[in-house]
Amino acid sequence: MEIIMIVLAGILFGFAVYNILQKRLLRIVIGTALLSHAAHLFILTMGKLKRGAAPVLREGAENYSDPLPQALILTSIVISFGVTSLLLVLAYRAVKTNGTDNMEELRGNNHD
Amino acid sequence: MTNLAILPILIPFLSGVLVAFTHNRLGLTRTLAMLLAIVHLITMGFLSFHVLTEGSIVLEAGDWIAPYGIVLVLDPLSALLVLTTSIILVAAVWYAPSSVSEEQESFYFYAFVFLLITGVSGAFITGDLFNLFVFFEVLLMASYALITHGGKKVQLRESIKYVLINLFSSMLFVTTVSYVYAVLGTVNMAQLAERAAASDSPGIITTVAILLFFVFATKGAAFPLYYWLPRSYIVPNPVISALFGALLTKVGVYSLIRTFTLIFHQQPEIIDNLFIWVGNLTMLFGVLGALASRNIKLIVAYNIIPAIGFMLVGIGMFNIDGLSGSIYYLLQDMIIKAALFLLAGTIASLAGTADINKMGGMIRSHPMLGWMFFIGGLVLAGVPPFSGFIGKLLLVRGAFEKGETVTVIIMLITSLLILLSIVRAFIRVFWGEGNTGAEPAGKHGSQIFSAGFLMLFTVFLGIGAEAILPSVQQIADYLLEPQTYIELVLKGDH
Repeated sequence: MEIIMIVLAGILFGFAVYNILQKRLLRIVIGTALLSHAAHLFILTMGKLKRGAAPVLREGAENYSDPLPQALILTSIVISFGVTSLLLVLAYRAVKTNGTDNMEELRGNNHD
Repeated sequence: MTNLAILPILIPFLSGVLVAFTHNRLGLTRTLAMLLAIVHLITMGFLSFHVLTEGSIVLEAGDWIAPYGIVLVLDPLSALLVLTTSIILVAAVWYAPSSVSEEQESFYFYAFVFLLITGVSGAFITGDLFNLFVFFEVLLMASYALITHGGKKVQLRESIKYVLINLFSSMLFVTTVSYVYAVLGTVNMAQLAERAAASDSPGIITTVAILLFFVFATKGAAFPLYYWLPRSYIVPNPVISALFGALLTKVGVYSLIRTFTLIFHQQPEIIDNLFIWVGNLTMLFGVLGALASRNIKLIVAYNIIPAIGFMLVGIGMFNIDGLSGSIYYLLQDMIIKAALFLLAGTIASLAGTADINKMGGMIRSHPMLGWMFFIGGLVLAGVPPFSGFIGKLLLVRGAFEKGETVTVIIMLITSLLILLSIVRAFIRVFWGEGNTGAEPAGKHGSQIFSAGFLMLFTVFLGIGAEAILPSVQQIADYLLEPQTYIELVLKGDH
């Protein structure tokens, strides 16, 4: 199971980087969203996947799943949620004021 | 007493909330912001004094015993850094009213500044690797808001690149934290240090460490990951540029110092060489960028990069002189970069342009400004008796001790080129004939004073080195002995 998850995370990383390297701004935003999904999947896998046990540690409990990766993912999901929505608004404003969503044209020149 | 360790986060956070509520009463907001910034400075001064004399403060948040909960560690290094941050905050709040437009000011400007300081202070004092990521995000969120503040065309264009590069490196940071967790099974820095030292497979730890190096090197703008920095740092208001230039890259450098002295120093021959060579290249390429620019703000922004190189080289030496040089350089560079950004902002606003070829003769109308900029250049280049000299002297000593003659040569050449880049700007702007920016000093008076306030500290760091140096050397000594930190946090009873 871990192997499948890691391969999936790897595929997501690949797609994310491919999208970030595109010229259209919206595709770049989608790329960053995919990137955060890949990272979250990766954290989940790194805590070792287990089924059928609560992530609560009682004294003497023999079977439990690790609660820490879940706490980390939750924090990270909230953050990437916020950043993605901010990035969307920023991209919208940038496209409105600059009149283009092509990164090539958003490069700027040396005179300003 | 341990609860005091939360103050560097709590004061700016509550201040940010407070000034957000008063945002449509500008006079009140300004007074309140200045007052709160001074309260922050005084509290941090007291805290640093306490930490330096009585020892570090460790706070286990929510009474969760380390390593299970999040710990905040206010040790001498963190204490000096939060103190320096609060000095810069005061200067920035002092400078802001004369430079930021009223419309912008009332649009939560001070609230974002305080939240930025919250994130920076938090990153300095946290003792948990994942919590470090969270504080990075706090400061980045505030910085995203500040860099687009005002919403000019060029600002929006450059901020997209700034947000993207930071977003990418943040996600890489999360991935690396999960690697660290998979390898060592914890995210508490003290426990990480303990387990890394006991680990029997240093190879994989070094691999993860190099990934983490790239994350922090992107934040800290080291070669070859600095290309996003100069152009995005010059687009916002000078106050914001000063805060960014002084604080954001230095958080990256601090994280490198902390994690690589504490945890990831398992294979010194690889890690040290990585730091030294990335540092060497950062110095050279950064200063070449400064020499190639004709925009005064861009010259100052490019000068951030060689300074980062100096600090990296010092970490790579991994001896007492090298590390204390790095720390000394870090402290003084935060202050001098803030001062130079503020001065460059004033010069550009007086002249009505940032192009140094279109300026000239400003020394006649604004002598104070001119001499302060000149002294700033001397500090950057490391001319005695100013603070840059002490840092560089320690670094050169450390490099000779390590036998890195090439690095010494590169350091000296870089210093010379830094001097050239600043003095050339000084000559173009202040000597000769031309656009003298002869408008009455008026509102620029307080700008010059707030930059002067920062200059005072750099001059003190240079002339009063005798007073600061022992503490800095103590910190370097303490960084070389990870066991002290481990015992401080874990108290040996786990």
